[in-house]
Amino acid sequence: MAAGHSPLSQFEIKRWVPIQIGDLDVSFTNSAAFMALTVIGVSAFLVLGMRRHALVPGRWQSMAELSYVFIANLVKDTVGTEGRPYFPFIFTVFMFVLFGNLFGMVPYGFTFTSHIIVTFTMAVVVFLGVTVIALIKHKLHFFTFFMPPGVPLIMAPLLVPIEIISYLSRPISLSVRLFANMLAGHTLLKVFAGFVVALGLFGAFPLAFVVALTALEVVIAFLQAFVFTILTCLYLNDALHLH
Amino acid sequence: MSEPGPADDLQKLDARLKRAEEAARKSGPGGVPKDKPSGNALGLALRVGVELVSALAVGLAIGWLLDAWLGTRPWLMLVFILLGGAAGILNVYRMARGFGYAVGYKPDKPTGRARPGDQGPGIEG
Repeated sequence: MAAGHSPLSQFEIKRWVPIQIGDLDVSFTNSAAFMALTVIGVSAFLVLGMRRHALVPGRWQSMAELSYVFIANLVKDTVGTEGRPYFPFIFTVFMFVLFGNLFGMVPYGFTFTSHIIVTFTMAVVVFLGVTVIALIKHKLHFFTFFMPPGVPLIMAPLLVPIEIISYLSRPISLSVRLFANMLAGHTLLKVFAGFVVALGLFGAFPLAFVVALTALEVVIAFLQAFVFTILTCLYLNDALHLH
Repeated sequence: MSEPGPADDLQKLDARLKRAEEAARKSGPGGVPKDKPSGNALGLALRVGVELVSALAVGLAIGWLLDAWLGTRPWLMLVFILLGGAAGILNVYRMARGFGYAVGYKPDKPTGRARPGDQGPGIEG
């Protein structure tokens, strides 16, 4: 197989408009382009969908309203009424990840959620934000979070580090889950697509598999956006209610 | 004179909507089971793996940095790898106990209200 057709070449970052500020490389890459496209896509989907704001919604308006109500209910169920002020952020995160995943499914598209640095940055923003909210709301009481109630004091030197590590592992597991799912799915698609041509007439079998896999990938795109959002909500719930 | 027409249906629908809204208002956080298993064994396996490894990685990193700072290489790293492994097991344990996606999450205090599907004390038991 030629070097350009490696299953991993789809994840390559390409500089479209090289920009250099000092030692900093801030080139406009294909990743940045798809992020911009995602933001434009989400805005267009919601703003144009609600343009007519009819009492009886059409298909497009229904989809826009459905996504709003879906996340609003999610926030209400997991965080409760105190979660209302954070709804815009959570809705933005959901739409950004969802549209990023879906734009990645377009042929020749680029999936920026398959890059750990993108998902990790989002996870760190969520993690720091939630921690700051907890610190503002509960002040120093927040640190009792790391000491489970009813534990003998003699166990504290062992348990508190474990709890802190468990807490710090949140952004990593949050980001790796999204990143690994997108990376594995898209690589698998490309590998099986490579078999189609290589097997000649028998390529029909991997082709059928690729069709099924594509459908599965669309489901995963929704599912992982949902998982990322519900985890954000649950962390926010922890921060606000602090058991 | 009043046959079951559209108006009747609408009234029934109105009553149902009111009931649903009432129920929705009552259910605060935790009123709804938080985590439905996705029914996807591969997804579950991936989750367990990610939880285990990420906690271990954090433990390793903390130990490494503390060693570099205090000049005690390699002892603190060894200790924190073990602690990280323990934290990973704890993450998986909490996940398996049905506290769902909420890693590092604590069950309600034994004195507090019980979450549906949560029997007995958690790790502090």
